[in-house]
Amino acid sequence: MTTTAETMRKLTYREAVREAIREAMQKDERVFLMGEDVGRYGGCFAVSKGLFDEFGPERIRDTPLSESGFVGAGIGAALGGMRPIVEIMTVNFSLLAADQIINNAAVLLHMSGGLFNVPIVIRLATGGGRQVAAQHSRSLEGWYAHIPGLKVLTPATVEDARGMLWTALEDPDPVLIFENSGLYNMEGTLPVEAGAVDIDRARMRRPGRDITIISYAASLFKALEAAEILAREGIEAEVIDLRTLRPLDDTTLLDSVARTHRALIVDEGWRSGSLAAEISARIMEGAFYELDAPVERLCSAEVPLPYAKHLEDAALPQVDKIVDLVRTMVGGHG
Amino acid sequence: MKTRKNATTRAEPVEREHGLHLLRSMIRIRRLEDKCAELYTTTKIRGFLHLYDGEEAVAVGVLEALTLDDAIVATYREHGHALIRGVSAGCILAEMYGRQEGCSRGRGGSMHLFDDRTRFYGGNAIVGAGLPIAVGLALADKMQEKSRVSCCFFGDGAVAEGEFHESLNLAALWRLPVLFVCENNLYAMGTALRYTQSVTDIAAKAASYGMPAAAVDGMDVLAVEAAAHLAAEAIRAGEGPQFLECRTYRFRAHSMYDAELYRNRAEVEEWKKRCPIATFTERLRDAGQVSDDDLAQIEAEVAREISAAVAFAEAGSQEPLEDLTRFVYSERRMP
Repeated sequence: MTTTAETMRKLTYREAVREAIREAMQKDERVFLMGEDVGRYGGCFAVSKGLFDEFGPERIRDTPLSESGFVGAGIGAALGGMRPIVEIMTVNFSLLAADQIINNAAVLLHMSGGLFNVPIVIRLATGGGRQVAAQHSRSLEGWYAHIPGLKVLTPATVEDARGMLWTALEDPDPVLIFENSGLYNMEGTLPVEAGAVDIDRARMRRPGRDITIISYAASLFKALEAAEILAREGIEAEVIDLRTLRPLDDTTLLDSVARTHRALIVDEGWRSGSLAAEISARIMEGAFYELDAPVERLCSAEVPLPYAKHLEDAALPQVDKIVDLVRTMVGGHG
Repeated sequence: MKTRKNATTRAEPVEREHGLHLLRSMIRIRRLEDKCAELYTTTKIRGFLHLYDGEEAVAVGVLEALTLDDAIVATYREHGHALIRGVSAGCILAEMYGRQEGCSRGRGGSMHLFDDRTRFYGGNAIVGAGLPIAVGLALADKMQEKSRVSCCFFGDGAVAEGEFHESLNLAALWRLPVLFVCENNLYAMGTALRYTQSVTDIAAKAASYGMPAAAVDGMDVLAVEAAAHLAAEAIRAGEGPQFLECRTYRFRAHSMYDAELYRNRAEVEEWKKRCPIATFTERLRDAGQVSDDDLAQIEAEVAREISAAVAFAEAGSQEPLEDLTRFVYSERRMP
């Protein structure tokens, strides 16, 4: 691929999501955005800033603080021929809409014997690390990935933030897109004509031979940073970005582990009953004889996220912890 | 299902043919439910089974005011609604038999009847969860400038759920074409309304959201029909959501597991005197519009329909086990 300054441009993750929404609204008049403060306020994280003026109050629709009501209305609108993008301010508030997401969106196709699919896209901010304490810091994307009937996307890169939305809107079934709030200010470089990307494959973000670090969203960048530090010590870590938590792309994971023979999963979710546990089990089932060491997991400490910075930092996966863990896993067996 | 220009009121006589049609509709529901109860005791039907006996006037009266273009969202007590909407008794019973010929391929059972041809968006078994869906269907219609009604049935129990209040607020705020129909049978499963609501006047609660709300005798099919026509016409005229509280009573237990310890026989017997089928039959008889022969003919026709439905369900087939994980995700993309 040849790229020049003229064909590439810089933009933030936030701008990428906004562009994706704008493009979808321009391409398909069935698409509309609905959620708390998405219109006049411009979005809690300023993602939809400016869209209200561009598209008006019908298509950039402010809602009351009625998560169950407006998520359910999104489901109904999807059944009625629209292509709603419903924004839930953060995953924490999605618990107020869990009934609609889990009891309705995820099961209507099945309960109706295939008669009624629900083409809704729900966007949610997720993640900790901003000192906003236990009720605003959860990473429940892995928990939603437990539910058959849902698809769960976790764009980490600006390219995915730009490209996953359209593919999700084209999907006939409910898709949840988790945007880690720590990434909104991250800058990236994209081709001018960047557009839709696939939503069903994991991606290798860094090649390596000694260990596979599997991660997604904000933790991905911690894993990449750790890999750079480890490379100076002669340890080459391969870093896989899951991108989609449901369905999981087993093939990419297992292929990588077959090359590196070690695997570490870095996940901001809690360890018990976690997505990391699921991936670990799949590696055990699918690549047990390839392993030179037990699969390890680095997850959040089993505690509601505390406010104090030193405690919150200690609760979340961090670069130094990844480095230490990889050294232990690879040390003496390289 | 035609749209009548002039809503019939209590005082007006009903045309003979229309009267017989309403009576036949209610009898069809009653006989289907009787058959379901029988089939449950012989273990042909399993799972939860919630029967509609006593409440027939509500589904029949309301659906009379709607067209096939309108959308319906119902509850887990929805056999009657599906039947009157146009789902065949055979497909309904086959669903309860768990057969792939059922209207939901046996994936849903008694509580989850669906039909795309008649825009029947299901029996929903989470109390209150259907209301936001109806709001969304109406939102889609409004945004697409389609003049259709989204009708949502729910019970008095749903009034205590947050989704009830969120939905009424959204529908009124956005002036959406929703017909909310509360089937107030006085009990949320086994707990009486007076033990769960600080204000038991449900129509008053709805009115507080700024939408026209009427309470109607849910045991009187003509009263329900008239009120539903007025509400549907207002919605089609662009006047926003309308609310109908139908005061009714369920003659049978909440479900087949219910020992009915929370209400006494005398109360049930008192309500049975107001049976919507018996009282309407009397009314037609008094007006000289129905004869014993008519009644016998209706009963015979309905008996044939139910017996054919049972035969259809009995002859149904089991979905192959290889298909177990189908319909979790769509099998084809859409435009």
